[in-house]
Amino acid sequence: MNNYFKTLRPGVNSTFQDLGRFGLQHLGIVPSGCMDKSLFFLSNKLVGNKFSEGTLEFAYQGPLLELVGESALVSISGKVNFNIINKNGETKQGISNESFVVSDGDKIDILSTINSVYGYFSIFGGFKLKETKGSISTLVRAKIGPNNGDKLKSEEKIFFNKSSPGFKTKKFDFDFDKDNTIRAMKGLQFDYFSKKSQEDFFSKEYKITRLTDRMGMRLEGEKLENMVNKNIKSEGITKGSIQIPGDGQPIVLLSDHPTIGGYPKIANVITADYDKLVQKTPGSKIKFKLVDLVVAENLFQDYIKKINIS
Amino acid sequence: MLKKISNIGDCGITCDFGDEVSKKTNKEVIKLFNFIQESVKSKKIKGILNYTPSYNKLIINFDLGEVKSKEVIEFIKNSDYSKTTLSKTNKLVEIPICYDEEFALDIKRLEQKTKLNFKEIAKEHLNTEFFVYMIGFVPGQPFLGDLNKNLYHDRLDTPRVKINKGSVGIVEKFCTIYTFDSPGGWNIIGKTPLDLFNINKKDTSMLSPGDTVKFKSITKKELLSFKNE
Repeated sequence: MNNYFKTLRPGVNSTFQDLGRFGLQHLGIVPSGCMDKSLFFLSNKLVGNKFSEGTLEFAYQGPLLELVGESALVSISGKVNFNIINKNGETKQGISNESFVVSDGDKIDILSTINSVYGYFSIFGGFKLKETKGSISTLVRAKIGPNNGDKLKSEEKIFFNKSSPGFKTKKFDFDFDKDNTIRAMKGLQFDYFSKKSQEDFFSKEYKITRLTDRMGMRLEGEKLENMVNKNIKSEGITKGSIQIPGDGQPIVLLSDHPTIGGYPKIANVITADYDKLVQKTPGSKIKFKLVDLVVAENLFQDYIKKINIS
Repeated sequence: MLKKISNIGDCGITCDFGDEVSKKTNKEVIKLFNFIQESVKSKKIKGILNYTPSYNKLIINFDLGEVKSKEVIEFIKNSDYSKTTLSKTNKLVEIPICYDEEFALDIKRLEQKTKLNFKEIAKEHLNTEFFVYMIGFVPGQPFLGDLNKNLYHDRLDTPRVKINKGSVGIVEKFCTIYTFDSPGGWNIIGKTPLDLFNINKKDTSMLSPGDTVKFKSITKKELLSFKNE
């Protein structure tokens, strides 16, 4: 018998993601993958999956799903407001970061993420998804990944592998880092910017605008003045790079970034602060703090310890 | 020659081959690219996630949990990649192109600028043996060079909102082929029916950085009846 979730409402931007698709950027294929790795790991951990198992990532409003088939152990990670509605229509508020069992006819209604952007939905044993070049990550722009490379759609069936007979639920305490400081290293073209702009960038507040998605985050604040050249020869792009186009307003390049680009980069967000950054909602104000490689590498060690929460 | 290696954040480095955009410089980039790709495949170095060549740089991204920037830089500095050949890994690809007016959207603009007529422009383009400098921005999109100087023209002042997949465009000494419907500002001279990119194929992208490309003229009828494998 096939077990699946029926999509009654797909949500705003629900896509299947894992750790990403690597080794193909020289052919124009960006890794993609989950935006918030800590929450991605957590949702898998809650249901006893291997850390890298594919999950359903949602942003702001998530999907409304109905289970058809055998009971399943599932989890929702993040700060998420959701309900579980049983066959008889009884509604119970769900608790995120705690695994739970759903049965035939139960509905999971993921209403919204709270003061954050992304959340993850996992199931014990994983979803039945076809890998493309070693990954189930979805890149909507290039139609790569499961579901013909598209976002989750209404009426779609999400099949899953047979779930656990044990149903041992787990629970973790989780909270977002409320601090608005994002640490970054000097970018390749840091020297292109005026002394004042170099200082402004690492001291003034920047507001996250609505023009933000899996590809990039547009910021608004003190205009940054390029003294050398507003365009550079196109070069490969790294996740977390902060580029400054002609208008002087920063764009942080995120998981679905173009593979090459021709704008100067003033800084790069360190790996340890990437998850924290992508969860900031439009309207939030952030400040960048300059760190060097040694500090970034040490902070990464702390980050790894934290996300491997035992 | 490799001039400088710098960090890009904590999980990337850039190998800089100088400011010149020429085949000579790019061939050096591709040599290092081929070497890194080979080293990753034969497990001589761990933790490498991506290697992205562009005109004059190679960017290498790695998993900070497995390898640190210092080790990757040491690996490159201690290796003799200059012996890597291009011919072993790279190939010649023939790409059909239809120069029919229906597809050559910017031919008038080019005729005015170059003082050549449509046929002469097409002939120049056909006679050029192109080198694949890099692939990217979107999946499979190649950046080819070099065109003859008499075909040089700037980008459109106002980019088009949508350029159809398969369109072939030129700007300055470069030529590109759009692999997806996308916005763009290149001068469009024709169209290829060939699918350069297919994620479901073993060789996802028909072209790789360092390959050579020759165009072959086809009629509109041939374009319409063309079948991709």
